[in-house]
Amino acid sequence: MSEANTARTLTGTALTKRYGGNAVLRAVDFSIAAGSVVGLIGENGAGKSTLSSIIAGIKRPDDGAMTIDDRPYAPASPIDALNSGVAIIHQEIKMIPELSVAENMFLGRLPVRRGRVATREMVADARAALADLGVTLDPRRPVAGLSTATQQEIEIARAIIRRPAFVIFDEPSASLGRHETERVLEQIDLLRSRGTGVVYISHRLDEVLRIADRVVCLRDGSKVGEWDARDIDREGMIRAMVGRDLARREAPPPPHGHEVVASVQDLSSSRFENITVELRRGEILGVSGLVGSGRTEIVRALAGADPFDSGEVLVEGAPVKIRSVPDAISAGIYMVPEDRKAQGLNLNRTSAENMALPWESRLVPSGFVTTRFLDRLKRRMASEVDIRGDLDRPVGLLSGGNQQKVLLAKWLVRIPKVLILDEPTRGVDVGAKEAIYEIIRALAARGVAVVVVSSELEEVLLLSHRVMVVAAGRQRAILTREEATPERVMQLCVS
Amino acid sequence: MATSLTERPTALPASAIRITQVKSRLKMLSGPLIGLVLLIAVMSFLSPVFLTTNNLINILVQVSYIGIMAAGATLIIILGGIDLSVSAVLGLSFMVVAVTYQNLGWPFWICIIVGLATGTGIGLLNGVLVAFGKVQAFIATLATMFAATGLSLYLTNGTPILGLPDWFLGLSQVRLLGVSLQVYLMIVVVIIAALWLKYRPAGRSLYAIGSNEEVARLSGIRVKLLQLRVYATAGFLAAVAGLVVGARLNAAQPSAGNSSDLLSVIAAVVIGGASLAGGVGSMWGTFVGLLIIGVLNNGLTLLNVSPHLQPVVIGAVIILAVLSDGRLLSIFRVRSRRQTA
Repeated sequence: MSEANTARTLTGTALTKRYGGNAVLRAVDFSIAAGSVVGLIGENGAGKSTLSSIIAGIKRPDDGAMTIDDRPYAPASPIDALNSGVAIIHQEIKMIPELSVAENMFLGRLPVRRGRVATREMVADARAALADLGVTLDPRRPVAGLSTATQQEIEIARAIIRRPAFVIFDEPSASLGRHETERVLEQIDLLRSRGTGVVYISHRLDEVLRIADRVVCLRDGSKVGEWDARDIDREGMIRAMVGRDLARREAPPPPHGHEVVASVQDLSSSRFENITVELRRGEILGVSGLVGSGRTEIVRALAGADPFDSGEVLVEGAPVKIRSVPDAISAGIYMVPEDRKAQGLNLNRTSAENMALPWESRLVPSGFVTTRFLDRLKRRMASEVDIRGDLDRPVGLLSGGNQQKVLLAKWLVRIPKVLILDEPTRGVDVGAKEAIYEIIRALAARGVAVVVVSSELEEVLLLSHRVMVVAAGRQRAILTREEATPERVMQLCVS
Repeated sequence: MATSLTERPTALPASAIRITQVKSRLKMLSGPLIGLVLLIAVMSFLSPVFLTTNNLINILVQVSYIGIMAAGATLIIILGGIDLSVSAVLGLSFMVVAVTYQNLGWPFWICIIVGLATGTGIGLLNGVLVAFGKVQAFIATLATMFAATGLSLYLTNGTPILGLPDWFLGLSQVRLLGVSLQVYLMIVVVIIAALWLKYRPAGRSLYAIGSNEEVARLSGIRVKLLQLRVYATAGFLAAVAGLVVGARLNAAQPSAGNSSDLLSVIAAVVIGGASLAGGVGSMWGTFVGLLIIGVLNNGLTLLNVSPHLQPVVIGAVIILAVLSDGRLLSIFRVRSRRQTA
C-alpha cells in the first residue's frame, strides 16, 4: 500500500465550467480541510457533479484554479488526481461480476511482477484495505452474488487503497437502504478520524446533517449557501436548494371508505413468505424495508414480473391468475419498476414511443398503430403529467425528473386499479419529487390503490395511509399512519 | 387525470410535425440512399450497358431471393438476434421439396407445403433455442446452419435432383410488364414486412425488445412469443427463397444456399442501417442496402472486375456504410452541438 498522503487543505477558487455559452458552474469557491466532511447539496443540475468531477480530474475548469496546501493542483485525469491524493467514489457502482473482489479493486492497475499478475500481493493489499474499513470479506471470491451494499464497501476500499488525502462520495447512498447507508456513514466517520478530507454529495438531507461538518449548497451553478452544519436545519437547506419553501408534511386526502380493490393472500416464493394484505380504493400503502428484505421481490411478483410459488391474488373479489406481466396488466395491476434505465425506459427511443409501448396492442382496436394515436397519447400525457422537454426525442436526453415522469405517464395512459411504484423518486431532484408526490396523491384521490416501495423512510411516511414493514422476506407489521413513526418502522425493519 | 399542474401550449402544428418527421426519416436513410444514387451514377458513366432497362431488371432478379431472406433477417436483427441458418435453410427446404416429389412421388403442391413447413420448423427451432433454451442466437443458428447443410447433402448423397414439374420451372420465365414474378414476390414480402414493422403493435415492439428486453417484458410485451414468431417467419421466408432459387436453377442443388448468400443477406441489412446490437433498423434501409449489393455485383461484373475481387468491394462498402450512417455523423453532431450550445 502507498504512503499515507498528508495534505491538509484543497482549495478551489472561482471554478467555472461552461458548455458552449451555458455556464454550469459559476465562479464557485470551495475548500476541503483534512479531517472534516463537507456536505454538498443541490438539486439535480445544480452543478454538484460538475464540481466534483473537476476536483477529481474528470473534467477541467474553464476558469479558476485549485491548490493543495498552496501548491497548484490541476489534474489532467482521474489518475493524475489520484496521484495528488484525491479519489472519487462514483454514484453508480461499476464492477465486473465475474472477477474477484481483489481484481475489481485493482482493475486498471493490477500489480505485475515479471510479466505476471502478482496475485498474492494484490489479495493481501485488498484484504488490508477492506480490514481498514472493518469489512471481513474474502478478496478472492467473485463479486457476483454480493449485495449492492457490499459492493459499495468494496468501491470505498478501492478508493482508499492509496490512502488519498481527499475522498469525494458522489451519492453513495442512492441505491442503499437506511441500514447500509449508516454503515457507509460510519466508514466516513472512520476516514475523518484518520485525517481524510471528505466531500459527501447526497439528496438525503438527514444524512448530510448526520455526517457533515460544513454544508455547501449549489443552485444553478452558483454557490448559494455555506454553513457550519450546526447552524442549519433541513428546512433551511431545502429553502436554499430550491429557493422557496415547500409544504412537505401535508397528509394525503383520506381514502374512500374501506372498499377493497385487491387482496393478496399468503403470497410466497423463495424470497418472501406469507404476504397478506388488502389494498383499498384510494389508499396509499407504503412498503418499507431494508435493501434485500424482499420488498421489491414482493411487488414484482404481484405485478407478474417474477413468478411466485403459492398464494392468491383477488381483484375486486375475483381471483386472478398472475403468471406474467400481461396477466397483471389485464387484471389492472401496473408496476413502475425501480430501475428507470434498466427496467423502465428504452432510453434511445422517444418519450412518446416509450409511453405507448404497453398500450399499442391493448388500446388500438383496429390493430394498426397510427401516428394519430401516438400524437394524441403524447399530448394527453404531456399535459396530465406535466413533462417538460421534446417528447419526440430519445427519452435519455431528458433530465432525471422528466424521465421519471415519462415512466409514470407510461403507466397512467390507462388508469390502473392498483399502481405499484418502486422507488418512484430515485435520482430525481426536489422539484420533480414534489410533482411526483402530487400525482400520486391525485391518483389515490381518483380511487386508485397505490403501493409505494421506497428506501427513503421519509418518503414512505410522508405519502402513506398505511405502512407495511418487511424484514427478511416476512411482513412484520402493517401500521396505520399514526402508528408509523420513524423509530417504530426502523425498529421493525431491523427486527 | 386531475393533476394538470401547469397548462402547456401545444408545441407545433401538426403539419410542421409531419415535415420534421419526414426530414428525420430521410436523414436516417440518407447515408445508404446517397451511396446508392452515387453508385448508380458512377456505374452508368463507366458502363454503357448498365443503365438499360434490361440490366436494371436483371439486377432486381438477381437479388430477389436475397431480398426475401433479408426481410426476415431485418426483423431478427432489430429484435437483437441474428440468424446464420437462413441460407442453409433455403437449401434444405427446397431439397425436401425435390426429394418428396421425386423419391416419394407426392403431389407437387404438397411437396411445396412440406418444404415451407421445413423452413418454418427450423426457424421455430431457432426461436425455441433462443427464447427458451437461452442459447445465444449466434450459437443456436450456427448449429442449425451446420445441421441443415449436412441434412441436405445427406438426403441426396450430394447429387442434384432434376425433373421438377415444367409449370414450376416455367414460373421463373413468366413476366408481368417485363418483370419476372420473383421480383414482385420480393417486393410484396418487403412491403408487408415494412408495414408490419411500422403499424402493427407486434412489429413495433421488436424495436423495444431489441433496445432492452427487460424493459419490453415489464411493459407487458410477450417477448418469447414474438421471438418464436420472428425466427419462424425468417425460416419460412428462407424456404420461400428456396422455391425461387429452385425454379431458376431448374434443379435442387445441394450446394444451393451457400455461405456467400448468408453474408449478402446480413450485409444488406447492415448497409441499410441496422445495428447488430438490436433496436435499430428499417425495412426500407434493408431494401436500399440490397440494391447497393445488387448494383455493385452487377456493375463490377460489367466492368470485368474479377469475381474474386467483388467481395473486397462489398467489404469496403459495409465499413463505409456503418461509418457514414452512425459514427461519422454522430461525431459531427456532437461537435456542432458543442459549438452551438
